[in-house]
Amino acid sequence: MTPDARRIIFENVSKFYGEVLGVNKVSFSLESGITSLVGPNGSGKTTLMNLLTGLIRPSQGAVYVLGLTPRHPIEFFRQVGYCTQFDSFPPGTTGYDFIYWPLRLHGFAHDQAAKLTNEALERAGMAQVAKRKVAGYSKGMRQRIRLAQAIAHHPSVLVLDEPLNGLDPMARAESIALFEAIAKQGMHVIISSHILEEVDRISDRVVLMSSGYVVAEGQIREVRREVRDHPMQILVRCSNAARLAAAAFELDHVVEAKILNDGQGVLVRTRDAEQFYLLLNKIVSRGLVEVDAVAPADDDVNSIYQYLIGSDGGPA
Amino acid sequence: MSVQDLVARAQKWSNEQPWRLFGSQISILVRNEVRRNLFTRRRIGIYLLALVPSLMILIDDIFGRYNIDAAQIEDKTQVLAVIIQLYYFRLGIFFACMAIFTWLFRGEMVERTLHYQFLVPVRREVLVVGKFLAGVVVAIALFETGVLACVFLTYGRFGSAGKSYVFDGPGLGQLGSYLLVTALACLGYGAVFLALSLLFKNPIVPGVLIMGWETIAPIFPSWAQRLSVTFYLKHLCPVNLPVSGPLAIFTVVAEPVSAWIAVLGLLCLTIAILALSCFLIHRMEITYTAE
Repeated sequence: MTPDARRIIFENVSKFYGEVLGVNKVSFSLESGITSLVGPNGSGKTTLMNLLTGLIRPSQGAVYVLGLTPRHPIEFFRQVGYCTQFDSFPPGTTGYDFIYWPLRLHGFAHDQAAKLTNEALERAGMAQVAKRKVAGYSKGMRQRIRLAQAIAHHPSVLVLDEPLNGLDPMARAESIALFEAIAKQGMHVIISSHILEEVDRISDRVVLMSSGYVVAEGQIREVRREVRDHPMQILVRCSNAARLAAAAFELDHVVEAKILNDGQGVLVRTRDAEQFYLLLNKIVSRGLVEVDAVAPADDDVNSIYQYLIGSDGGPA
Repeated sequence: MSVQDLVARAQKWSNEQPWRLFGSQISILVRNEVRRNLFTRRRIGIYLLALVPSLMILIDDIFGRYNIDAAQIEDKTQVLAVIIQLYYFRLGIFFACMAIFTWLFRGEMVERTLHYQFLVPVRREVLVVGKFLAGVVVAIALFETGVLACVFLTYGRFGSAGKSYVFDGPGLGQLGSYLLVTALACLGYGAVFLALSLLFKNPIVPGVLIMGWETIAPIFPSWAQRLSVTFYLKHLCPVNLPVSGPLAIFTVVAEPVSAWIAVLGLLCLTIAILALSCFLIHRMEITYTAE
């Protein structure tokens, strides 16, 4: 079968370090846009990224990136940029050289490489300090110079391992805007993070990982459907909250109906949201309550993460 | 020209002329590695290995400056042969190549920077060749400087007699041979240690075993001696040193080989070991935590 030239495909990929499991039987297929790998430390996020970029080889299975594999590095690494988590640099290098010389290895002539280097430095907000040695950079600056190197050759696939670590709020917002801009150009952006709020806001889809396994994958709403067994929280802002709570309690699939402290709404936990919405429609049409707002209260990565992994999703 | 055009143009160029791309990549790798390996304080030990004999000859020159006799030239030529053949070829170049070539990949593993080399569009074979050539440039620059300094200091003290020995006598030919053998020693040992660094996490122990093999190889049959670097070097040296020491009675005198066969034999050995390194580099993974 010819691998799809527009997708990133993991086919039943396992990686073992001796007897230690890295990732096990991972299969998924990603289209362009921002994909977040979410999981606690040791869940296999970095292993997955290293497999994707050929820094390690799968013990079983195969990985295709836009139909290419790292066995053909010239074609492969023109398409792929990887900002790793390794906070180390060649001794004595400056920010400029750190980006310029890899571009020369891509085959760019001096003036072309210089132009691309300056452009990448501008995009990462590092132009002012480019001539300084990387050894004198702060952690955030080192993170951004690695990001600049990863994007300098305009790859189609950008892989970012914890790219927001060490960034101040301003740099963090700028980086997120940069990722979104890159994704809008039709590129693949794969981000790993354990700061769930950030990836939740910017992701088109998530891959949830735990102990080397992919426990859920897809758009956030799809992932939510995958875990239908887990109660979903729905927040209803309404008048006559007690009436709504009583009606909700009569349904088998409603696990909990909690009146809000201000008495102006109910937080319902249900195993069947669609049935609850039907009930709500009936109650409203009978004029028993007036509804101001209805919203899923937990349709974000953090709450799904809690369901799936039994953790609050904070930094491990 | 837009950035997209730049990228497309560079890709077109490298697709159409892959060998020029490889050449360009190798020259960039050599340049960067030489800067990293030659001009660094960490290499002081290797500078010393290369230059200690010259310093000793210089000290001998200073203390013996009132006792200069042109008749000593032949003796000094013999001393120079001992320095170059026993010190440089058996010890100095051996240990310097161990330090330089095992550090090319293993050092980057220790410094956690090797992934940068694996994330660029460079074939791993090209990476091996580029790093190897960089190591060769560094080793040759240091040790040929050392050999040149030794020759200059050895014959320079004799004034016009020394000058005459070098330029009108056998001196220049000997110097040429020593420089050739030095370069070949750097190539041979370099290839061996590069391969060892890709085979073993700690290449020091196998390096010591190689040294043992190079020392005892002369007591093995002729065909086995051909698997050692010193076998070829010995046949290219311009001054014969008598075999001495306890190994002398066990030494098997191998059939002499011509200079061309010695050079080609060593180059073939180097290429074969480099090919092995190119195979091994494909197995290499970035697992810094395991180092």
